[in-house]
Amino acid sequence: MLDVANLKVSYGQSEVIHGLNFTAKKNETLAVMGRNGMGKTTLFKSLIGVLPLSGGSIHIDGTDISKCESYQRVENGVAYVPQGRMIFPNLTVQENIETGMGVSKLKAIPDDIYALFPVLHEMRHRKGGNLSGGQQQQLAIARALVTNPKVLLLDEPTEGIQPSIIKDIANVLNEIKKMRDITIIVSEQVLSFTMAVADRIIVIDKGNFIHEDLRDDVDTDKIKGYLSV
Amino acid sequence: MGGYSYGELGAIFAMQGFSGISLFSVLLLMALGLAIIFGQMGVINMAHGEFMAVGAYTTYLMSSLTESFFPAFLPYYFILSIALAFIVAGAMGYLAEYVLIRHLYSRPLDTLLATWGLSLIMQQSFRSIFGAREVSPTLPEWLLGAYPATDMIDIPINGLFVLGLTIVVTLGVFYLMFKSSWGLRVRATTQNRVMSGAVGINTKKIDRFTFALGCGIAGIAGAAFTTIASTGPTTGTLYIVDTFMVVVFGGAASLFGTIASAFSIAQAQSILEFFISGSMAKVFTLLVLVLILMFKPEGLFASKVRR
Repeated sequence: MLDVANLKVSYGQSEVIHGLNFTAKKNETLAVMGRNGMGKTTLFKSLIGVLPLSGGSIHIDGTDISKCESYQRVENGVAYVPQGRMIFPNLTVQENIETGMGVSKLKAIPDDIYALFPVLHEMRHRKGGNLSGGQQQQLAIARALVTNPKVLLLDEPTEGIQPSIIKDIANVLNEIKKMRDITIIVSEQVLSFTMAVADRIIVIDKGNFIHEDLRDDVDTDKIKGYLSV
Repeated sequence: MGGYSYGELGAIFAMQGFSGISLFSVLLLMALGLAIIFGQMGVINMAHGEFMAVGAYTTYLMSSLTESFFPAFLPYYFILSIALAFIVAGAMGYLAEYVLIRHLYSRPLDTLLATWGLSLIMQQSFRSIFGAREVSPTLPEWLLGAYPATDMIDIPINGLFVLGLTIVVTLGVFYLMFKSSWGLRVRATTQNRVMSGAVGINTKKIDRFTFALGCGIAGIAGAAFTTIASTGPTTGTLYIVDTFMVVVFGGAASLFGTIASAFSIAQAQSILEFFISGSMAKVFTLLVLVLILMFKPEGLFASKVRR
């Protein structure tokens, strides 16, 4: 489904992602773990096209999207939930979701979105900026889902969110995977969350992948060692 | 205000108020376009006044053509030229965005300079094509004259027409911005350009059409302007400063603010002009404006949300 080969990203002269290779299959949830500053967000931004690649290629279902602009990548089936949510603060909840519907040509917000996130239905006429952090995270996921993505990218969805909501978000991700044929790629620092959602875990360090394991074979102490500061 | 009776004062206020409404209409149409463009892409369009002049000259051209070739059509041409002013100014705006402005988006000071240069080029083109003398279209009969409301109060019909036109255009802009899916995309891009791209909005296309729309509305302002004054090459420059004032005072992100500030600035100037000289009226308005902006730096209506 998603096929990344020799991906390189640079800020000016300094290369921060050094030729990453990975593939993610349909119905697979892949977690990218790593400490702060190791390149998780940079990797995600380059996948959605906010940052340009300095080398390598990204294929979705065989289509090369590495030269596309963000909106074209969304048209090709990538959806992005950024770190810090980045919902539109002055638009209502409903309008926030509708911004994603231009791509999928949906006329109305599908019922299954509100079924996943009942709180968004309750608050649909409020401004996005007046929601709590956890609600904004749900809104950002809903906005990404209405583009009918093949690959859903979530950059640190648990950052700054209260623990009870973190569990909800894990449940939602598992629910989404059951409902749709979708690849989910999530970056994380919270191991318990990762263990609840991921099929496969990759550890990133200084722009390189240093460890990869299926969830069922994961040695949690080893991963904790990679994540400790 | 010595020497006037209460009745006379009332009539003065009413009549100056109505002439203020014409000024309000032109300022509002100009400010709407400017605010949409500034809000959408952070470009301060110094050439906005010239796009208004484009609309005014289009109207003048239409009037001359009608007079020489289809004199029978004279009573109706004005409606058509409003639409044409919108199209011509909008098309030129589209072109300016495509050729010039899109290359400078990340450089706000350069866009300021570039659009200022564009305004100089356009002014000189007007001078070369239409001459330095001010021109006026022949207005249709039904736009002339005044409606005598009382013995002392005359309401000019052109003012009423311009007001009606402004209301229609403003409602149209509101509908586009707040009810259409296009408007939703514009508002999303205004708030977070990068994220809008990442939810699948083609922000560059939105930019181009927004710029064209803003310039088109300035064109309509120009057509309306011909009913209250004559058009010269520097007409646009005379109005651009007031328009900037309206946008800043109203709060750049708020359409309601733009309306309220256009109304208060136009009325203050028009009523004060009667009692003190025109330039003193401007000084006084500016002073009050500066004072208010010191206490409300984001303008009259800034929306409040968590960021």
